[in-house]
Amino acid sequence: MSLFNVFNISGSALNAQTIRLNTTASNLANAESVSGDAAKVYRARHPVFQTLMDDDDTAPEETGGSAGVRVLAIVESQVAPVMHFDPNNPAANKDGYVYSSNVNPIEEMANMISANRSFATDVEAINTARDLLLKTIAMGH
Amino acid sequence: MFDNLFGIHEPALLLHGQRLSVLANNLANADTPGFKARDIDFAAVLSGTDTEAPLPVTVTHAAHMAVPAGGADAADLKYRNPYQASLDGNTVEMPVEQAAFSESNVRYQASLGFINGHIAELQFAIAGS
Repeated sequence: MSLFNVFNISGSALNAQTIRLNTTASNLANAESVSGDAAKVYRARHPVFQTLMDDDDTAPEETGGSAGVRVLAIVESQVAPVMHFDPNNPAANKDGYVYSSNVNPIEEMANMISANRSFATDVEAINTARDLLLKTIAMGH
Repeated sequence: MFDNLFGIHEPALLLHGQRLSVLANNLANADTPGFKARDIDFAAVLSGTDTEAPLPVTVTHAAHMAVPAGGADAADLKYRNPYQASLDGNTVEMPVEQAAFSESNVRYQASLGFINGHIAELQFAIAGS
């Protein structure tokens, strides 16, 4: 029964979007982090999604071989961290400079809203599939 | 007599179940770079099942597996033409997929309603009261 696939497919999407929300939370929490070393300062992290291919040979044709989504990797932003002159900061290097993280809070907020909407849509798909299956089970009653 | 009890509604129910699964996959991959949205061409698949199966598969041996009537295979999955393709190559348009999903949902429930009506009729005929 292919409707049961919806639970696996949308469930994998819920998991992927949760990871995305977690990285967004981590980025926003570290938006003001500073370090005296450009190599050690926090860099914004973003998940990369990939279509999950169904390796179960029994029913590969039902969704064309793909069955949901997964997080392929979490990549760090390559934007250069901003340097500030702040000699009173305990993290400042010997020249009095600190590096602040390259997190862009506006980008993160937009990312969070997108993840939120995708999550809500996937929950809706699961609820719809559940309602339809319950009605199918009650067939003839 | 009972082979074709529910007419078109039995394969339609299976097909809508598959279509919902394909659309859920589109929704799940709404943020996946390079993902191409797909859909089942419902009319094309159903036109192959609206009469008696054109060439029914004969079961002549106990080990033969029954071929289910109706249903779509990978060849019936078509790629969707996006109204506006996004830069990352993803062709999922959330409102389009949501509209198709709720349409399929309503059609599934309609087929279910017709089947329930058939069952009620048959129960009436059997019980006679």
